[in-house]
Amino acid sequence: MLTALLVMSFIALVLGAVLGFSAIKFRVEGNPLVDKIDAILPQTQCGQCSFPGCKPYATAIAAGEADINRCPPGGEEGIRKLAELLGKDFVPFGEDTAATKPKSVAVIDENTCIGCTLCIQACPVDAISGAAKQMHTVIEAECTGCELCVPPCPVECIDMVVIRESITTWKFRHPATVNSSNNQPA
Amino acid sequence: MRKLYHFNGGVHPPTHKAESTQLPIRHAGLPSRLVVPLHQHAGSTAKPTVRVGDRILKGQLFGMPEGSVSSAVHAPTSGTVEAIDMQVVAHPSGLPDLCVTLIPDGRDEWLPRTSTQYLATPPEELRLMLRLAGVVGLGGAVFPSDLKLRPGKHKVKTLVLNGAECEPYITCDDMLMRERADEIVRGAEMMRHMLEADEVLIGIEDNKPEAIAAMQKAVSENHFSKMEVIAVPTIYPGGGAKQLIRVLTGIEVAAGVRSLDLGVQCFNVATAYSAHRAIEHGEPLISRIVTVTGNVQHAQNFEVLIGTPVNELVALAGAKPGTNGHIMGGPMMGVPLPSSQVAVTKATNCIIESSLALFPPPPPELPCIRCTRCVEVCPAELQPQDLYWFAKAKNVGKAQEHHLFDCIECGACSYVCPSNIPLVQYYRFAKSEIWANEREKDAANIARERHEFHLLRIERDKQDKAEKLAQKERAALAAKAAAQAGKSADAASIDVLRAQVREIAHPDAGLTKE
Amino acid sequence: MFSPFITQASSVREIMFKVLLALIPGIALYVWYFGPAILVSITLASITALATEAAMLKLRRRPVMHFLSDNSALLTAWLLALSIPPLAPWWLVVVGTLFAISISKHLYGGLGSNPFNPAMVGYAVLIISFPVYMTHWISPQGLGQLHLGFIEQLKFIFFGQFPAGVTLDAVSMATPLDTIKTQLHSAHPMSDIMQMPIFGYLAGHGSEMVALGFVIGGIYLLLNRIISWHLPVAFLLTLFATAGIFYLVDPAHYAPPLFHWFSGAAMLGAFFILTDPVTSPTTIRGKFIFAAGAGFLTYIIRVFGGFPDGIAFATLLMNICVPLIDIYTQPKVFGKKGGK
Repeated sequence: MLTALLVMSFIALVLGAVLGFSAIKFRVEGNPLVDKIDAILPQTQCGQCSFPGCKPYATAIAAGEADINRCPPGGEEGIRKLAELLGKDFVPFGEDTAATKPKSVAVIDENTCIGCTLCIQACPVDAISGAAKQMHTVIEAECTGCELCVPPCPVECIDMVVIRESITTWKFRHPATVNSSNNQPA
Repeated sequence: MRKLYHFNGGVHPPTHKAESTQLPIRHAGLPSRLVVPLHQHAGSTAKPTVRVGDRILKGQLFGMPEGSVSSAVHAPTSGTVEAIDMQVVAHPSGLPDLCVTLIPDGRDEWLPRTSTQYLATPPEELRLMLRLAGVVGLGGAVFPSDLKLRPGKHKVKTLVLNGAECEPYITCDDMLMRERADEIVRGAEMMRHMLEADEVLIGIEDNKPEAIAAMQKAVSENHFSKMEVIAVPTIYPGGGAKQLIRVLTGIEVAAGVRSLDLGVQCFNVATAYSAHRAIEHGEPLISRIVTVTGNVQHAQNFEVLIGTPVNELVALAGAKPGTNGHIMGGPMMGVPLPSSQVAVTKATNCIIESSLALFPPPPPELPCIRCTRCVEVCPAELQPQDLYWFAKAKNVGKAQEHHLFDCIECGACSYVCPSNIPLVQYYRFAKSEIWANEREKDAANIARERHEFHLLRIERDKQDKAEKLAQKERAALAAKAAAQAGKSADAASIDVLRAQVREIAHPDAGLTKE
Repeated sequence: MFSPFITQASSVREIMFKVLLALIPGIALYVWYFGPAILVSITLASITALATEAAMLKLRRRPVMHFLSDNSALLTAWLLALSIPPLAPWWLVVVGTLFAISISKHLYGGLGSNPFNPAMVGYAVLIISFPVYMTHWISPQGLGQLHLGFIEQLKFIFFGQFPAGVTLDAVSMATPLDTIKTQLHSAHPMSDIMQMPIFGYLAGHGSEMVALGFVIGGIYLLLNRIISWHLPVAFLLTLFATAGIFYLVDPAHYAPPLFHWFSGAAMLGAFFILTDPVTSPTTIRGKFIFAAGAGFLTYIIRVFGGFPDGIAFATLLMNICVPLIDIYTQPKVFGKKGGK
């Protein structure tokens, strides 16, 4: 009886020591799952998922507080990738999430802009160049199309323009979606 | 007898070469306008160096190379620049790209040209000359040749010259070799010198006996002891760079590996010719040989100025009724042109006027029955039917895992498929999806960095503000204390007090500012 | 239109048609030795197959003529008919073909998407559901007590009626494989069994010639590059080797390997059933593994299993393994073979 108790206690001590040592020696800073989820999200920082940015949404998904189908810019492909990463089932977009829109960039109408800097403060990726009472302009290459600059503008001079395909971004179409003629755009 | 190696697969489509080798190469002359794209090479678009309305001479620089992978673009003839704008180019999308439109003045006046002796010139300088002469690979990849002539980490043992021309209908290299063999081999010898290669192997398919004879004659007349002309078996796609390297040297160059690192470099015969013209004659690349064949009256090869509209070129060969399309390239890998108004570029080796008789529409597609005929003919030894299943299901990740990017898009698999599945279209779709995904990923990474910096900046601004506020409050406090201290007695103690006040106001004055 | 703009002009229809042609020598010999009843089965099966395929295509909203004309349904029908005893009632062939085409082919996605060989699925369903009817094999010419004429055979197939005084026992006979199984149970040594009149030179009288007919057809297919040699050779070699080992160890209880080659559906399986491209692996190594596995399993099922012939179940069992085999036998691509 006594030997059994001693043996069990000894094993418990050893295992406890190993666990404690591992917890200290192999400690991982931060939550790697959040980073992995964030790597899949499109970084539009638009807030359509009802979180203030992609990292907070990723954190919520990792904590199990948010579903994986809340990101329209990521499209169905994004949901699929999240499902695969987390071992969950694919869920289509819900009723409360906005429909996926074609990629667009913001364009400021210079004639109407009054230089108030409200849009500059709103842009999550600092893609608008300008200063108080100076002309504002959107740096096209950096704009993610999140549309956060559109509501604050007091003179409504910002439009979202759909990005047109150029010769470098043109993609071949899936053959089953092409009619008998060649792959030209309409 | 040199040992030749074998590569897996390959097919034997009817060659249709005799149609266009009956006549010698003819100069196509000056068209009504020349539309020269500024991006007709691999790499970055050339930057325009002329303005609308400028009068320029033949061979004058139109576009300056920009970035490390780029090449120059030149005026094919003398005339006036009518426009620098977006024009529809010879690309399957039918989308426009930046082009310089030149109206010839008929005088065809050259810029003054200088000849250079390559043996007396350092290779660095020769490479720069080739870059500024716009010499790019004329086998179809249009990769800037100067970059391929940089010696690699390892010794280059073999320079392979590609005169195979395996695709049906195309005969431009054949005719070039028959008529200008001397200049080709001299260009090749120069390239060998620049690469410090031990030998030059010129691979020509054995269905071109005249070209083989002409090249052998040129090699022996020039006494190039390290150069050898080798007849390789006629099989498609034996003219693919990797396939030819394998046949001549036994080396298998994997996808993503530069053949240079394995001691071999491969150039098309026309590139060697252009390199020779550029150095020895000071002529930039402004024309090339183009085969015009198919539904035309007199199929033949032309020496065409870059920028010549296709319809004007075809008219020289005699357009026939019943033409239902224009193909740039051959029937296996060619690109259907959006219209016949697009211009000839450095990549245009052949124009086939297609008709219903020549290229009947394919029978309707059946599902894949996994017969593996495609596997038997694939020169890259891939599993085309697996790639097809994945690409069809839009599972591009899986396709990439199955070596999608090793595919050279030769079309042998589609050629043999009994279900008439357009296999290569599926691979092209999958590849462009993957490239688009990578672009999006890169853009997302940059956006993430910018967002994190944005948050950091706001945080930092907040901290700075708080810091300033704290300083202001401290200064106000110190001032009050000083004022009170000023009311008390001693003048001497005032200094002491002042020092104390200073301490309170600026507690970390000793520390360096951030 | 996009490149390539030219094709070699072979088609699925042509391939399937050539396979049908290759079956003809075997069928001709079958008719010679066993009477024309088999032609009735083949005709019934063909009609059912085409009708079922048309109906399924309509239901699945696919172009009917486009797929119907690819001859794949006909091929399934003929293979199934050749696996079923010719004296089976007419509805047996119909049910088997119906199941094979509708369920094991179309419900899995149609041509190219079925994981299991449809003819073998049809056979498996029949042998499990109607084991008795599947034993109505005709005696070879000159061996049965009675010989049925064509009309009489037809009457039996469609109406289940024999002429007066004739019973099923009189006109049917156990197959050579069946015979061996039952005789071995009665403790007769193999050498004695092989002397029985049912056996010809190497295997069953008559059926060995039919097998030879299929070999001829198989050679035709090989020469025309419709099938490749890997599957038949691997299957036959493994079957021979496995049978050979058992035979060498105990010749009294195990039949010689050549017997196994020419009995049952071994030759039909080697050249026509296993070589179905849709259900066999796509890599060369995979094909060897698949066929070797089928050969081994065929022998085991024949000798130790409860069924007379193992081809159908061996094929089906190996069909299950095909996706895994494909994954693990992917060959190295150009340039990545390492250490060349």
